Amino acid sequence: MQLNKILKSILLAAGTAMIMSNAFAVDMTGAGATFPYPIYSKWAESYKKTTGNGLNYQSIGSGGGIKQIKAKTVDFGASDMPLDAAELEAAGLVQFPAIMGGVVPIINVEGVTPGQLKLTGDVLAGIYLGKITKWNAAEIVALNPGVKLSDAEITVVHRADGSGTSFLFTDFLSKVNAEFKTVVGAGTAVKWPVGVGGKGNEGVAANVQRIKNSIGYVEYAYAKKNKMSHTQLKNKDGQFVQPDDDNFKAAAAGAEWSKTPGFGVVLTNQAGKTSWPITGASFILMHKAQAEAAKGAEVLKFFDWAYKNGGEMAAELDYVAMPASVVKLVEDAWKVQLKDTAGKAIW
Amino acid sequence: MSAHTPSLSLPVSEPDQNRAQAALDAKKMASTMRKQRLQDFLFHKITFGFAFSVLLVLVGIIASLAIGAWPAFHEFGLGFITTVEWDPVNDKYGALIAIVGTLSTSFIALLIAFPISFGIALFLTEICPSWLRGPLGSAVELLAGVPSIIYGMWGLFIFAPLFADYVQPVLAATLGNVPVIGELFRGPQMGIGILTAGLILAVMIIPFIASVMRDVFEVVPEVLKESAYALGCTKWEVVRKVVLPYTKAGVVGGVMLGLGRALGETMAVTFVIGNAHKLSWSLFAAGNSIASTLANEFAEAESTLHVSSLFALGLILFVITFVVLAAAKLMLASMERKEGGK
Repeated sequence: MQLNKILKSILLAAGTAMIMSNAFAVDMTGAGATFPYPIYSKWAESYKKTTGNGLNYQSIGSGGGIKQIKAKTVDFGASDMPLDAAELEAAGLVQFPAIMGGVVPIINVEGVTPGQLKLTGDVLAGIYLGKITKWNAAEIVALNPGVKLSDAEITVVHRADGSGTSFLFTDFLSKVNAEFKTVVGAGTAVKWPVGVGGKGNEGVAANVQRIKNSIGYVEYAYAKKNKMSHTQLKNKDGQFVQPDDDNFKAAAAGAEWSKTPGFGVVLTNQAGKTSWPITGASFILMHKAQAEAAKGAEVLKFFDWAYKNGGEMAAELDYVAMPASVVKLVEDAWKVQLKDTAGKAIW
Repeated sequence: MSAHTPSLSLPVSEPDQNRAQAALDAKKMASTMRKQRLQDFLFHKITFGFAFSVLLVLVGIIASLAIGAWPAFHEFGLGFITTVEWDPVNDKYGALIAIVGTLSTSFIALLIAFPISFGIALFLTEICPSWLRGPLGSAVELLAGVPSIIYGMWGLFIFAPLFADYVQPVLAATLGNVPVIGELFRGPQMGIGILTAGLILAVMIIPFIASVMRDVFEVVPEVLKESAYALGCTKWEVVRKVVLPYTKAGVVGGVMLGLGRALGETMAVTFVIGNAHKLSWSLFAAGNSIASTLANEFAEAESTLHVSSLFALGLILFVITFVVLAAAKLMLASMERKEGGK
C-alpha cells in the first residue's frame, strides 16, 4: 500500500514535470539527408539540454527531404546535393550549408597499407568506367613507384541507393574526366558501367571488406571509424593529399560562397595546396515565407547555436564545421530572405 | 401458481392461466428470435465487411500502383518491360534487368529447394525414427521463422566469402568448361551475385515448402500405404504411386508458396545480389531484382519519372506474383478434372 502510494506520487510528479517542460518547449521537425544525421542528432541532444527545445530529425534521404519541405510537412529539409537557383526560386526556398564532410576512396588490396596508394581523379574515373581493370595497370603503377601491385582484377563497388556521397564522388570524377562526364555524369544515383552496389556506406564498406582487390568510396567518418584502407588523391593544385579535417577545411576556404546563389557550392576539386578534392557541404532548406514565424526563428536559433557551439561535437564525429566567414554570410542572408507572413524579417 | 408476477393480482381460472402462459412464452420466444435474427444479421454483415475489406485493400493497392506507374508507362510505353536500361541521370528507365533478376534468382532457388524439401518431407514422414521426428520437424519450422534480414547478413558476411573462396573456383573449373552452360559459371568470383542470391533464397524457402509437404504427406491414410506395402511395394514405390498422387495438390501449393516468397523477398536479396543494373549471362555477376531495386532507390528517387518507374516495377512484380498463383490454381483445377474423368 505504502509502496503504491509512493509510486503514484512519483508518477504524478514526473507527469507534471513533463507537462510543464512541454508547455514551454518548441519541437522542430526536419527531414532529409542521411549523411549529416549523426551530427544533427548529437547537436539536437545537446541543444535540448541547454534550451529545452527539441529537434526531431528524420534521416529519410536527400530526395525525401526535398519533397517533404516542398510539401511543408517539416520545418526544414536537408539535402547533400544543393538545389540550383531556379529550383529554389520556384519552390520559394532558402538554402544554406550546415556542415561539411569528405568522401574517400577505400580499397582492399593485399600488401598496400592505408593511405599508401596514390590515385588521381583521372585514374579513379578510368577504374569506375571499367577502362582500367587491373591493379598493375600502367596508369596506377606510374603513380605508385615502389608499391607492389598484383595482376588482380579490380572489383568496383558503388552505392546502390541514391545518395549525396555518390553525388560528390561522381561530381568530382565528372569535373576531372570528360569521358566520365558524358558516359556516367554526376548525380545521387547514376548508371554505373561496372561494379557491384552496396546499400548505404555500410553496404559499400562491407562489400569492399569482403571482396578481395576491390575499391569503393565512403564518407570519411565511416572509413575512419572502421579503419578502412583509404587512398591518397591528387588535388587541383597537383598535390597528393591524405583525407583529414584540415584538408576538408582547406577545400571550403577557397570556395566562392558569396557569389553562388543559395550557397550552392559543390566543394569538389577546389583549388588550394592542401584541399581534399572530394569535399562537400550538406544543406538546409527552409521556406522564405514562414507561416509560423516563431518556429522558423527557432530553427534558425538552433543552427546559429550549432555554428557557434557545435564545432567540437562535429570534430568528434569527423565532420567539419562551417568556417566563421561562411557563417556570417549565411546569417546575413537569413536577415534578408526569411520573412513571416507580414513581411517582417524573422532573424 | 404462486410464482406469478405481482401485476397479476386478480384470481384467474386454470385454462386462462395456461393461455396467458403460452402467450407470454410466445412473446418471449419472438423477442429472443428477433434478437437472434438481429445478431445473425449483424454477424453476417460484420464478417462480410471483414472479408470484403480484403478485396477493397487489394483493389486499392492495384489502383494506387497503376496510378503511380502511369507516368512511366505513358513515357516509355510497353517497351518499358523489355528495355535494358536504368539511367537516373538521363531519366531513362526499363524493367528488363530487374525482371530477369527476379525470375532467375527465384528459378535457381526453386531448382535447389524443391528436391531438398521433398527429401526432407519424405524423410520426416516415411523414414525418420519417431524419436527424431519431433526435434527435426521443429528445426525445420524454426528455420521458417528466421527473419529475412538475418539471412541477408549471414549471406553477405559469412556465406559469400566462403562461397567465393571455395565454391566458385570449383564451379568455374568444372561446370565453367562445359559447352553452352559454361557461360553461366564464368567471370569474376566475388561471392555475391545472382547465384548467391538464388542460393540464399533456396535456404529461405526450403522450410516453407518442406513443412507444407510434410503436412500433406501426413494426411495420406495409413491403410492405403499399408495395403501397398502388403502388395510388396518398396518405400519408393509407395511414395511415387500412393503418397504423391494423393497429395499432388498440396505439393504444388507448397511449391507455389515458396515461389511466391522467393519472388517478393527483398532484404536478403538486396544484401547479396550485388545491386548492379546490368544484364549478364554469368550467374556470378551482380544483378538486381525488382524488390531490391525498390528497396535501394525509393528513399532518394527524386524525379517524377524515377518514382513512377519504381511504381511500375512494383506493379510488374504484383502481376508476376498474380500470374504464378493463377497458374498454380489452374494447374490444380486441371489435375482435379483429370482425376474426375478417370
